[in-house]
Amino acid sequence: MKVQGWIVGILLVGVQMVGRAQQVPLVKWAAMDSLFAQKSDTTYIVNFWATWCKPCVTELPYFEQTQQKYLNQKLKVILISMDFARELTTRVVPFVTERKLTSQVWLLNEPDANSWIEKVSKEWSGAIPATLIFNNAKGKKVFFEQKLDALRLEKELSDFL
Amino acid sequence: MANIPTTMKNKFWATLFAALTVSIATTLLFQQQRAQASSVGYPIGGSVAEFKLQNAKGGTVSLSDYKDKKGVIVVFTCNHCPFAKAYEERIIALDKKYAALNFPVVAINSNDASDYEDESMENMKKRATEKGYTFPYLQDATQAVAKAFGATRTPHVFVLRNENAKFTVQYIGTIDDNYQDPAGVTKRYVEDAVNNILAGKPVVVTQTKAVGCAIGWKDA
Repeated sequence: MKVQGWIVGILLVGVQMVGRAQQVPLVKWAAMDSLFAQKSDTTYIVNFWATWCKPCVTELPYFEQTQQKYLNQKLKVILISMDFARELTTRVVPFVTERKLTSQVWLLNEPDANSWIEKVSKEWSGAIPATLIFNNAKGKKVFFEQKLDALRLEKELSDFL
Repeated sequence: MANIPTTMKNKFWATLFAALTVSIATTLLFQQQRAQASSVGYPIGGSVAEFKLQNAKGGTVSLSDYKDKKGVIVVFTCNHCPFAKAYEERIIALDKKYAALNFPVVAINSNDASDYEDESMENMKKRATEKGYTFPYLQDATQAVAKAFGATRTPHVFVLRNENAKFTVQYIGTIDDNYQDPAGVTKRYVEDAVNNILAGKPVVVTQTKAVGCAIGWKDA
């Protein structure tokens, strides 16, 4: 019995650790294309950030809170890291683990940004932080090349949810 | 249309011509309006106002100091941003190559130093010395120059052509098409623009975009 208890305990800890250490996939533009082509009635908040970007890191908790708050609704936060691909395991994964980020994080490895920036939004000059909120089923899309706060995010989402 | 009378044929062509003219004119008009609506800062071809800024290497530098040059490569950059750091060696190389051809680099740091200690004049001096900048590194303390240019991020490049002390913007955008790896570069936008200007030709790709660190603006 005792041994069994230990095994269950170890398994539980293991599962918890797996749950916490989020995988950060390295993605190419094709992944963004399919994301933007989603037809479902889901509101996506797509935030472009980087671990070393001070204003980006400041606003991360607001996205995290939003994802938690609307967990039961059709809302999905995707944090697109603009960190260098070579720093995925040395910098991005440790950052995500340390901050226990629960929103999905992708590292977009497409260094020719001129080829895709306007596909995110024609309004985007390329500066981060930048955030796109869209719902294709509702035909709605807003873009921000600026830092957002909890209040602003809530206000913008009221149009979508 | 062999069986259709000539008058009708003429009418057909006249109508088609009129329709085409109207649609082209409308498209041009809308494009112009859109360009105007989205234009913040100098447009391509726009003339650049004089500026005078403190140089981290000592003294001040004005745009008019370059009136005898063929042009200037203005780079909005900074100390802390990894995109700017990734391009630092390439900016130094641009100056090495083009200063000799009378087309030097001028680097401008417009970040709010009170919010980013890394961007203080002292740290700018340190950086310019450590990296052996061969070009001025100017502090845009009021951020007026960045606003006039419409610079939003670092690095953000503006290639200026000089004709009789009149500077006009000929290219706005990124240095090349690979911020992560200089070895993976296939398009050298700034070099292409400068080479064309030096050869007396128009710049082919006049605008590109790139990811960069947002310039840290002072609170309004």
